[in-house]
Amino acid sequence: MEEILNALARALSFGTPLLIACLGAILNERVGVVNLGVEGMMALGALAGFALAFGSGVGDGNLWLAVLAAMLAGALAALVHGFVTITLRANQFVSGLALTMLGLGAAGLLGKRFEGQPLFNQPPEWPFTLGAIGLALLLAFVFYATKIGLSLRSVGENPAAADLLGINVLGVRYAAVAVGGALAGLAGAYLSLVYRPSWTDGMTAGLGWIAVALVIFVGWSPLRAIFGAVFFGLLYYLQFRLQGQSGVPSEVFASLPYLLVILVLALSGLRGQQGNAPEALGKPYRRGER
Amino acid sequence: MRLEPLANPSRYRVLGVTLAALGVAFVLVGGLFAAYGLHPLEAYRAMLSGTLLDAKGWQEILRRSIPLLLIGVGLTLAFRTQFFNIGAEGQMLVGAVWAAGVALFVPLPPWLSLPGMVLAGALGGALWCLVAAWLKSRLSVNEILTTLMLNYVAQSLVIFLINGPWKGRDARGYIYSDRFAEYQQLAALPGTNVHWPTLLLGVLLALFLQLMLTRTTLGFQMRVVGENPGAARYLGIPGGRVILWVALITGGLAGLAGVGEIAGIHHRLIEPGQLSSGYGFTAIIVAWLARGNPALVLLTAPLMGLILAGGDLLKVSLNMPFRIVDVFSGVMLMCLIASEVFVRNRVRWGR
Amino acid sequence: MGEPLLRLQNITKRFPGVVANDSVSLEVYPGEVLALLGENGAGKSTLISILYGLYRPDEGEIFIEGRPVKIASPLDALRLGIGLVPQHPTLVGRHTVAENLALGIGTPLLPARRIVPLIERIAQGYGLHIDPKAPVHQLSPGEKQRVEIVRALLRGAKVLILDEPTSVLTPQEAEALFQVMRELKAAGKSLIFISHKLEEVLAIADRCTVLRRGRVVSSLPTPEASKTKLAQMMVGRSVSFERKRANPQMGEVLLRVEDLQVRSGRNLPALRGVSFELCAGEILGIAGVAGNGQSELVEVLAGLRKMEGGMVRLAGQPLVANPARLFAQGVAHIPEDRIHMGTVPSMSVAENLALRTFHQAPFARGFLSNPAAYAANAEARVKEYAVATPSIHTPSRLLSGGNIQKVILARELAGQPRLILAVHPTYGLDIGATEQVHRVLLEKTYQGAGVLLVSEDLEELLSLSDRIAVLYQGRLRGPYPVGQISREQVGLLMTGGEA
Repeated sequence: MEEILNALARALSFGTPLLIACLGAILNERVGVVNLGVEGMMALGALAGFALAFGSGVGDGNLWLAVLAAMLAGALAALVHGFVTITLRANQFVSGLALTMLGLGAAGLLGKRFEGQPLFNQPPEWPFTLGAIGLALLLAFVFYATKIGLSLRSVGENPAAADLLGINVLGVRYAAVAVGGALAGLAGAYLSLVYRPSWTDGMTAGLGWIAVALVIFVGWSPLRAIFGAVFFGLLYYLQFRLQGQSGVPSEVFASLPYLLVILVLALSGLRGQQGNAPEALGKPYRRGER
Repeated sequence: MRLEPLANPSRYRVLGVTLAALGVAFVLVGGLFAAYGLHPLEAYRAMLSGTLLDAKGWQEILRRSIPLLLIGVGLTLAFRTQFFNIGAEGQMLVGAVWAAGVALFVPLPPWLSLPGMVLAGALGGALWCLVAAWLKSRLSVNEILTTLMLNYVAQSLVIFLINGPWKGRDARGYIYSDRFAEYQQLAALPGTNVHWPTLLLGVLLALFLQLMLTRTTLGFQMRVVGENPGAARYLGIPGGRVILWVALITGGLAGLAGVGEIAGIHHRLIEPGQLSSGYGFTAIIVAWLARGNPALVLLTAPLMGLILAGGDLLKVSLNMPFRIVDVFSGVMLMCLIASEVFVRNRVRWGR
Repeated sequence: MGEPLLRLQNITKRFPGVVANDSVSLEVYPGEVLALLGENGAGKSTLISILYGLYRPDEGEIFIEGRPVKIASPLDALRLGIGLVPQHPTLVGRHTVAENLALGIGTPLLPARRIVPLIERIAQGYGLHIDPKAPVHQLSPGEKQRVEIVRALLRGAKVLILDEPTSVLTPQEAEALFQVMRELKAAGKSLIFISHKLEEVLAIADRCTVLRRGRVVSSLPTPEASKTKLAQMMVGRSVSFERKRANPQMGEVLLRVEDLQVRSGRNLPALRGVSFELCAGEILGIAGVAGNGQSELVEVLAGLRKMEGGMVRLAGQPLVANPARLFAQGVAHIPEDRIHMGTVPSMSVAENLALRTFHQAPFARGFLSNPAAYAANAEARVKEYAVATPSIHTPSRLLSGGNIQKVILARELAGQPRLILAVHPTYGLDIGATEQVHRVLLEKTYQGAGVLLVSEDLEELLSLSDRIAVLYQGRLRGPYPVGQISREQVGLLMTGGEA
């Protein structure tokens, strides 16, 4: 029993960055914007958070400043995506991809000086985990029980209708994209400040992509995202636990999450999950076009 | 500022806007150089003088253009049919694995060994890509995510092999497989790493695929499927099957690139990070710049080859991380797609 | 009559190359229905867009209750009391009626729940029956329209613009709408009714304003108007309302459909046992409100959808479910969606004209394409069908709707087809193009082709078809010979009533 509880607790902590990033992506996609740049924004967030915590000495007060910096970095990167896809109406998929390359590249370049430097003051994990779960609940509440949520969902389903009724479609999209980016940055900061308090190039290891895939699997629902994140968290925990114990080579475990994502996407496809996507997902909005 | 749609943008407009976008990209990357603590002009000078103004540099550009050419040609075709293959990196690695498998373990007569490796590599890459295409056409699973995930799996596969069953007898410190025999190595231009048979193959394939796209019935079908899937259905063109063909071609070409790298340069299966240096991703820019024309890859591949070679120089001479190449790719791609709106619209100022 | 509620004065709007509205003036008084008439392209849509804040006029002024106003956005229009009931509903299909209505005006918390009493009050007040909890995608076109009307009223609209509201309604539903309009009128609202159905205009409007080429041609009280007079003013010449069909020379049975059952894309039963015959030389009209199985019927006959049960025979042979082979057997398909199905917009006119035959000689030699054949074919077709295009190499997306439809007709009808599936073939076309489409279809029947004509335009169906059948919830009523069924009877059948 204790073993199971412990496993669940670890799974939650492994799943926390995934959940945070996934919630951000859900928010983005619910207003109709796909952002494949989660991985890049996470890397930038991880670096910005670490740089601030490291550069400003080690103190409790600065940890939250570091988290804030990470969120700001994520939001700024997301706004680049926002400008290119919302204002210039470029292809959202390609822009997100470019953002990932850019984010990973810039973080690797600018973070070189922090490579191998440890952070001594490791903050506890539970506030982040609880916060992430609270955020999922909050997001679900906002979506389904508030006027703001109604506007958000309408913009993702039928922007032309929302526009006619005085909703600022582009404004809503920009705001959601910025907040989504901030959450991706936060997820990155969790990695570099909390989970493994150090900076290494490529430390996001595809987590951002998994978060994007998770959005489809959980059917754009913030509540189901909790279970999706715990599920993948459990997988990471098992990978961690069983490594070296069994005769199975570690590379097999390393590739498990990615294989599982493919499986999960195939399952979603089998269930016709894509049909639940917001109607206007991936489509730039321009007044006067239907 | 107002945008007025242009019915039919001229070629000069396309070229002008594209060059402007690249110019903006280089300025932005310059900003990042500055943030890193390096004078931008200094950095660009180092990149250019070590490549374009240096005989050895030209070889480097050429060597790096080969995989970019092969992969880029395939990706042009893939993007044209709306198949966003982001997994060329993985397909390249798997191609290398299959070729190395043939080289190390299949007892073929020496004259057949190299052709066997080439075929096996192309097949390996093609099948790796086919997984994603099949999932897309059958279950409408987003191919961007699947091809990308398969990259990570391919990396693990290579590491597993060279760290386990295929580990070389002389491997110490680094991990790699045994060295290929002399007859399993591709010929190179004397004194260089430029494996010319692969280069020649890439040039021929670029021209061949250009003709296929514009002058054959299969190419016509591919264009219909890519430009209007609804019309393809209406006409009874099997869209799913066309995409499977495209996947085989683009994956196969990436696999060939992998064969070229190991049979032409490294002569053994080595770690993923050293084998590829991100060709699969850089080739996305190569293909995007070529705007759906395989033949244009002949121009755009060397351009990105130049950037890869320059990035390598920065790494060696200024001790910069090789990630600078990702920065170039990301910024260039972002600027290119952002510039699209200025290709299709005229900008007017005032009300 | 006092002061007009809304007055437009000398409104002019120019677009590159056209003057869409040329000094248009009109006014509408409280408790009045003003009909706005005009052909496609006469400037009605532009005028509505200006009133609703989507375009800004280049010149002219708008007055509401005598005060000059600027309408910069739809929100401005709503604030000023102008409500629009658009031709195509702008609703979120996946949301409920209440969620749709709460969008933008609901309470901060639980907006959809709190607005229900308000909806019910308005709905009862004007006899607009809607279920606030129903998801919008399950509603009929008439119900969606009522949601739009309630939306405008919820926001305090004093002027209601109804943009071709009856185009998707059966005659009976239209009558119900008129009843609502009379209630609104009695409550002192002003209504602007846009239509080109002249009987309806004469039945409901108090005054008629006719637009032609962006100008107001005339504005007169309805008692002084007549159908012929209005039509003349709209078109600028006299128009006949005669049946276009000469006596058909019916051949033998070409298509036999027996007990056809089909499922829709959402895997729901779409056709539940449909049977009919179509003869060579005949035009069989299929009437029905959109979404009652018309698309599925055409898709099966075009080889695009599998059947669940039943039998379809084309000239005695079982139908093969393959669009390319069916075309080779003489089945032409003029699809509903010209842009996403009928053409490849980025390809040239020449290539679009060869979409069906690109793999055959002379367009292909083996697997190689033959550009000369594309060009020769295109030159001939463009001439034959009078397609207005700068060149045969122009991408088809640059052509007008009418010319795109001509390209499709030219391609589909080139090889003397036996069966022509024509879906909304004149939707959105101007009068000239419409006449050409009708002429070509009739010509083909004289040459022995059978035509299955699916349309929502009852006028078109009644003037072209030899027999008419009605689809309602996947079941077919009829076919009835055209002389033996009235417009009203067709309307009843379209809503599941008995004729």
